Amino acid sequence: MAHAYTPGLKVTEKFLVRKERRLPLKGEVLSKVGEQVNCDTVVAKTNLPGNVQILNVAGILGCPPQDLGEYLLKKPGDTIRKGETVAQSKGFFGFFKSKAPSPCDGTLESISNITGQAILREPPQPVQVDAYIDGSVVEVFEREGVVVETVATFIQGIFGVGGEIKGELFFVSDKPDEILTEKEIDEKCRDKVLIGGALVTAPAVKKAIEKGAKGIVVGGIEDGDLKAFLGYELGVAITGSETLGITLIITEGFGRMRMADKTFSLLKEHIGERASINGATQIRAGVMRPEIIIPLDSNPPHSPFMKGGKEGGLGLVVGSPIRVIREPFFGQLGKVTGLPSELQTIETESKVRVLEVELSDARRVLLPRANVEMIEG
Amino acid sequence: MQEINTILATDCGSTTTKAILIEKRGEEYRLIVRGEAPTTVESPFEDVTRGVLNAIREVEELSGRKLLDGEKIIKHSNKVGQSSSVDEGVDLYLSTSSAGGGLQMMVAGVVMTMTAESAARAALGAGAIVMDSIASNDGRLPHQRVERIRKLRPDMILLSGGIDGGTISHVAELAELIGAADPQPRFGTGFDLPVIFAGNKDAREIVEKTLDEKTSLSIVENLRPVLERENLGPARLKIHDLFMEHVMAHAPGYKKLMGWTDVPIMPTPGAVGLLIETIAKQEGIQVIGVDIGGATTDIFSVFQEVFNRTVSANLGMSYSISNVLAEAGIENIIRWIPFEVEEGDLRNRIRNKMIRPTTVPQTLKELAFEQAIAREALRLAFEQHRSMAVGLKGIQQERTISDAFAQEATGASLVDLMGLDLLVGSGGILSHAPRRVQAALMLMDGFLPEGVTRLAVDSIFMMPQLGVLSTVHEKAATEVFNKDCLIHLGTCIAPVGVGKERGPCFKIRISDFGFRNSAPRTPQSGFEKEVAFGEIAVIPLGIEEKATVTIEPAKGFDVGEGKGKRVEREVEGGVVGIILDGRGRPLALPQEKSERIQKLKNWIEALGIYPDFK
Repeated sequence: MAHAYTPGLKVTEKFLVRKERRLPLKGEVLSKVGEQVNCDTVVAKTNLPGNVQILNVAGILGCPPQDLGEYLLKKPGDTIRKGETVAQSKGFFGFFKSKAPSPCDGTLESISNITGQAILREPPQPVQVDAYIDGSVVEVFEREGVVVETVATFIQGIFGVGGEIKGELFFVSDKPDEILTEKEIDEKCRDKVLIGGALVTAPAVKKAIEKGAKGIVVGGIEDGDLKAFLGYELGVAITGSETLGITLIITEGFGRMRMADKTFSLLKEHIGERASINGATQIRAGVMRPEIIIPLDSNPPHSPFMKGGKEGGLGLVVGSPIRVIREPFFGQLGKVTGLPSELQTIETESKVRVLEVELSDARRVLLPRANVEMIEG
Repeated sequence: MQEINTILATDCGSTTTKAILIEKRGEEYRLIVRGEAPTTVESPFEDVTRGVLNAIREVEELSGRKLLDGEKIIKHSNKVGQSSSVDEGVDLYLSTSSAGGGLQMMVAGVVMTMTAESAARAALGAGAIVMDSIASNDGRLPHQRVERIRKLRPDMILLSGGIDGGTISHVAELAELIGAADPQPRFGTGFDLPVIFAGNKDAREIVEKTLDEKTSLSIVENLRPVLERENLGPARLKIHDLFMEHVMAHAPGYKKLMGWTDVPIMPTPGAVGLLIETIAKQEGIQVIGVDIGGATTDIFSVFQEVFNRTVSANLGMSYSISNVLAEAGIENIIRWIPFEVEEGDLRNRIRNKMIRPTTVPQTLKELAFEQAIAREALRLAFEQHRSMAVGLKGIQQERTISDAFAQEATGASLVDLMGLDLLVGSGGILSHAPRRVQAALMLMDGFLPEGVTRLAVDSIFMMPQLGVLSTVHEKAATEVFNKDCLIHLGTCIAPVGVGKERGPCFKIRISDFGFRNSAPRTPQSGFEKEVAFGEIAVIPLGIEEKATVTIEPAKGFDVGEGKGKRVEREVEGGVVGIILDGRGRPLALPQEKSERIQKLKNWIEALGIYPDFK
């Protein structure tokens, strides 16, 4: 294939971020195009249909389903309170009547004279969608949601758990190769997004939750520690819906992984600033990576910046900066020095497309093209 | 019908679109070239035809045949070799697709192990992933079922239940649940979710009344008209139709693609299944086919003329690699690694493959890790298949009701490894293994074939295209499958039984080498070898070569005729040869670490699995 390379993760100082904020079902949009919003502004709301409860009325009354009609006290469409009688048998000379009470507040949706069941729908549940980032509304989807746009420092992680949160960036590691342990975590971490170095330990994550930190951004985590944190063995990499009290984003990979200098220094430039982060990761068709968005104050009118994820990129060329993403040189940085077109045999005896790389320690190595990612700006 | 000389077929996978060009050369059809390009269903392209055109362009470049006029496929070829200035056009264009997550279905039936299971078989056989099975006795409360239906957003629902003349109320209850959930389809807004009713014919009216307004309801023949018989064909056909009409028509670019193909687009696994069924029928053999991909592992089998397919939606070698770890457990993966490995390090490596799924092993150790994981993925997927390929068959059977219940209780699987004739592997880890013998051993360790079994791999994964081709041109599909698609690895001989380490397991004598491709070489006719328990060995026998062998199992071992009974068989060769597997069945690896590693090293050396593990 012509473009057999892995596009890198975005680590960009200024980026025009556009975020779609959609309701799960159609509802009401509360913002207009051009409106300035902050991350907590509610931009759309709706009501989700309530849960369904099923009541075996014929069973309770002890009558054939086809005879239910004569016993019903409510008809489809009626509102009903919990405990209110839906149907009542005639009893024996007016005595020993059986009643079928509603198990919930809601409406009576339907009654079947085949199964003898009543379907009751609980009241709708209100749902709101906020702006998630500070910015301006640039598009409205009628009854569905909006697009919020902002110029921001934008950093993608490689994997995360936990959903959208907002908080102030707070450094708990001084260097990108440091290990974040529970010792570095104290009361100052409350409501903050903690920035660590190469690794976060399981006790540190636990203490961060205890101290009320909102998020952790770090180079790596041991898989065993992730399992301890989640409480189960992660199967498929579709995350974001966890409710563990914190959002965790790893920027490099599993194991002790020095955070890329560019990522670390970019985050450092924004100490104390408010960021919107999301750990949601989906590694399938339609890849979704975790993200850290730090809206910038200046909002140039015609930005030269790339828009979210639409660019195709030029691919690898001689001189392209890369990062190795597989053993044996995992995590090392380098630059492309050659792109031989012929397939080459590697140690495994596979014939693959390769590239020549000069690593940052001046070593020259031959790597499968699939095992590097471009460092994108 | 016009003469078919040139066939173009594409398969739109979730990551790659593959195109193959087949031409009639002389009297037979052969694969000419293959091209591929990234699939373009997702943003920023959101049009599957971009990827299709790119893959076809690669085929054009490689074959020198003009296939496209701008963005249009040139139909009706000039005959190959005709005195025209340039070869151009195709007579037949076909496509399969699994892009956008394939076909995702929910099924429902009255009894989980009866009609719901039959419905699941119908959906799986049509190439779907079954997201969940709902049944009146599934142990869930009604509102939990409703919530589940709402949450999953399947592409369609297959509702069955009740034999003809049987229960109506339970079927009505299921229909009511579906109606109450008011399910929305995954693709496209503003249209109703397709629901197929294939249950008790007496319940049709009530189902229609309950669901007609809320869903796009189709009614087909009952898939379980009587307890003793399944009738899956009509439901399967309807699934294919609706897949085209609803799911594909709403996927980006498919409307255009549907206008290009000469026959309807098929779901990829449905097409592979068709091909496996065709091969089993043509050769009169029992077959297992496996396709281990990045996200899912599909297994197809034909035993006693009954076709079964299962998909293990979360067992795969990249996107789903972590789930193999979660389901198999780290110890089961480590047991296949022929050197010491630190558990934490291996766990991190597996996760790193998951988050960067397109990377490839660069070192031998990394290759050994991936092949160890593949063994477990195959084993787990096969376990699921065995538990699903049970019960009633798709043909009329003389059986009493008590038999049907007895079979259900014991869960008797149709899968009979001793009767298995051919095991075909497909998917990157098998098709692209640097040494073919590695694929052979992965298949053997994952499936543990018994007795005498032929092994093969799909060279470049073109079974989907050949499957859809088999519906319109069986001859072309079969010829290309046999000549260009399958790479015969050889034959595995594996007695069932357990013995004493290094004690006798079986003796093999080659009485006649039959047809040989190459000049005579060792071993010659009359060659004999004794295989000890725990030993593995190989006798070279090339592609298209055959030999008649006599296998004498030791006391307590069985190669198909009973314990200790001699078997004479003709066996086929391949790129590996005849593999003599004296490791016993069930296969038990030593518990002690150094012993286990030494054992693995012995097998690796005996078969020449890796270059450095001598």
